[in-house]
Amino acid sequence: MGEEIDRGRRQLLTAATTITGAVGVAFAAAPFLASWKPSARAKALGAPVEIDISKLDPGAMLKIVWRGKPVYVVRRTPGMIESLASIEDRLSDPRSDISRQPEYAKNEQRARNPEYFVVLGVCTHLSCAPQNRFGPGASEDGVLSADWPGGFFCPCHGSKFDVAGRVFKGVPAPTNLEIPPYVFIDKQRILIGVDEVRVG
Amino acid sequence: MRPARLLAALVVLGWPIALSAATHGYPLLDADTDVSSLASLQRGARNVVNYCLGCHSARFMRYSQVATDLALTEEELRDNLMFTGMRVYDTMLTSMPPEQAREWFGNVPPDLSLIARSRGVDYVYTYLKSFYGDPSRPTGANNAVLANTVMPYVLAGLQGVQQPRYEEKPGSNGESVRHLAGLESGTPGELSAEEFDGFVRDTVTFLEYVSEPAKAQRRSLGVWVILYLLMFTAFTYFLKKEYWKDVK
Amino acid sequence: MSSNQSNTAGGGRLKSLGAWVDARFPMTALWKEHMSEYDAPKNFNFWYYFGSIAIFVLALQIFTGIFLTMSYKPSDIEAFGSVEYIMRDVEWGWLIRYLHSTGASAFFIVVYLHMFRALLYGSHRKPRELLWIFGVLIYLALMAEAFMGYLLPWGNMSYWGAQVIVSLFGTFPWIGDALVEWIRGDYYISDITLNRFFALHVVAVPLVLIFLVVAHILALHEVGSNNPDGIEIKKTKGPDGRPLDGVAMHPYYTVKDIYGLSIFLVLFAAVVFFAPELGGFFLEAANFEPANPLLTPEHIAPVWYFTPYYAMLRAVPAFAGTQVWGVLVMFSAILVLFFAPWLDRAPVKSIRYRGPIYKVALMLFAAAFIMLGYCGMKPAEQPFKAMSVIGTIYYFAFFLLMPWYSRIDSHKPVPSRVTS
Repeated sequence: MGEEIDRGRRQLLTAATTITGAVGVAFAAAPFLASWKPSARAKALGAPVEIDISKLDPGAMLKIVWRGKPVYVVRRTPGMIESLASIEDRLSDPRSDISRQPEYAKNEQRARNPEYFVVLGVCTHLSCAPQNRFGPGASEDGVLSADWPGGFFCPCHGSKFDVAGRVFKGVPAPTNLEIPPYVFIDKQRILIGVDEVRVG
Repeated sequence: MRPARLLAALVVLGWPIALSAATHGYPLLDADTDVSSLASLQRGARNVVNYCLGCHSARFMRYSQVATDLALTEEELRDNLMFTGMRVYDTMLTSMPPEQAREWFGNVPPDLSLIARSRGVDYVYTYLKSFYGDPSRPTGANNAVLANTVMPYVLAGLQGVQQPRYEEKPGSNGESVRHLAGLESGTPGELSAEEFDGFVRDTVTFLEYVSEPAKAQRRSLGVWVILYLLMFTAFTYFLKKEYWKDVK
Repeated sequence: MSSNQSNTAGGGRLKSLGAWVDARFPMTALWKEHMSEYDAPKNFNFWYYFGSIAIFVLALQIFTGIFLTMSYKPSDIEAFGSVEYIMRDVEWGWLIRYLHSTGASAFFIVVYLHMFRALLYGSHRKPRELLWIFGVLIYLALMAEAFMGYLLPWGNMSYWGAQVIVSLFGTFPWIGDALVEWIRGDYYISDITLNRFFALHVVAVPLVLIFLVVAHILALHEVGSNNPDGIEIKKTKGPDGRPLDGVAMHPYYTVKDIYGLSIFLVLFAAVVFFAPELGGFFLEAANFEPANPLLTPEHIAPVWYFTPYYAMLRAVPAFAGTQVWGVLVMFSAILVLFFAPWLDRAPVKSIRYRGPIYKVALMLFAAAFIMLGYCGMKPAEQPFKAMSVIGTIYYFAFFLLMPWYSRIDSHKPVPSRVTS
């Protein structure tokens, strides 16, 4: 051991090196963490999808896949639309206050256009795909009673939703079915996945 | 540390010899590209779309990525670079079906995604500049870099049809052999010689970008990484010196 | 890096946690044995940085490799595209891939310098023979790892490189053809071959490598490090029982190795960010074309770190109707390394005190190895064929004549204490 050790300088240099090194490690870690984000291909596959509704009959439903999830498009009959107002007291969240939907679908029909209902076919309970049980009344399999107004029924745990995807009281699902962003390109086509059609 | 110095000298002397390896055949021109020039890339992108994608694909390159990297809006992208019916996320595929390509050319024209990396920028540049009229070929054209290429003289309208200049050279058996010595401008094209060089340079610049879209980002980021590492090295140097004061 | 002598409440709690662990796991004991009380000679020079750098590169390769595995697809249809997917579609994928591809070459540079250090200062000689053997085994595993990893991008050079190297096994008499089929699992380099190389590259060989590196370090710490003077520091101990010429691994060599590592990182980053292909040495142009079983690349050469052995392979002509001799020579070139500790009969270890014969022989050996590497990249024509023959003969002469020339060589007196 030679002359006096300058402890202050030693600690300062140790701290400076440690902090600089830690900053470097953090910056080096960032690309690795970022590499887990959806890749350009995932984004391409998750791009908005177009759906042709010109051949959809009243009361019928179309299913397509967007970002790996089913999207239902229902052409509602005037009767189905009218029924929406009468069952509000049987619903958990009739005004969709705690449910997820774009601003333009936060209305009684939960749609841009009351006739066409676009909804994610993912039960808000545990992500099963609800079935369309649009016919009112008791069902043959006994899961729906006589006061069933028509809507969606989830086969996994028996959650029930009306034809605007609003959840009934007393079922496991906590909120209404989610509405994805969508837009009408024209009268025949809907674009699922975006809120507006970009010009061009 | 004499051995260290000797080894270092061997390594330093050894690499350039190895680097100068294997360049024979037609001499390649210097493409002199700059992948950080947005203007050149944008012109090149239009050239590639208009003159190449009719037959070639760039199947790993997404239009959306091109728009981001070349600072184009979606409208500019759609109006200038995309064929109708394509989505911005699509990769740059050719409109020509492979069966048809096989019927016309005998094989599918190579994908251009990595052509600038597998062949080299200078090769592609020289190749595109070295077509010449050759009535003996089915396409009426030949290429000084890639003899008997099946690719037609696509840029003839812009460049004008070049003519070959031959020289007589003594062959191995003593007889005289005709040898392609160079190319001369023949009929004039739409572009002047300088304009055409610029056209090909832009085209090759874009192909260079396509072969490695991250290249410009890689280089600009690299400067910061190295500056950081030099700073870190300074700290570690002083830290090491400080501790090693103990050791006598 | 702190000395853990804090008197604060937090320090006290940390201490009791440490005691809790120590009662159940030898944490402090391991730290002392391998770091704070491991005495390394104080006279390490430039050549002693490469061991710690090699450990860093191994960690880097494993880390980046794991991330590449997340996006790579080991199938003949998808492999090439999945690498381009990593290069383009995965965020920062290009950086991860360049770190891995540059890391592969860096690993060999570092390991070659590390091995050359041993020959310079006699680090492979008694009592460090086993340490050296573990090292050569690491080198062998690394070659296997690099060779199989090189097939994975499924470029045209990957394909034909694997074709050529696997064919080497076909030169063995009687079993050759069956052996090659067994390695490939098919009648040609196919999806099946790619898939098994992938498994070996990402799981099996890395496990072997990690095991060998641990064994290498344990062997080192058992016998203690050699040094540029080639003398045993354990022979001169102070009153505290610790070598007078030693310093604690931590903090002295931890700070020094971090300094060496940071310089290495500057050079490494320069390659990654400004020349990831390094003029075709690290990434070959022909590998940017997908594997094509119908079209061999014009100049088929292995990656630079294999070229010395490739030159040896080609230096030996076929005779008696078989090429197996070249293959045997190539394998012997690695095999002979195992015997190096016993071939050297000089009474001193370090080049500093050895006579002119070994100095010249070793320098020529380095030159011959580099020359072989250069010839291995060139086409098999003159003068490279002649240079390969000379290089190969010299390579073996260096080792096989060592028992003779190392004994007749002069040497200088070795000091009892290390010099600075």
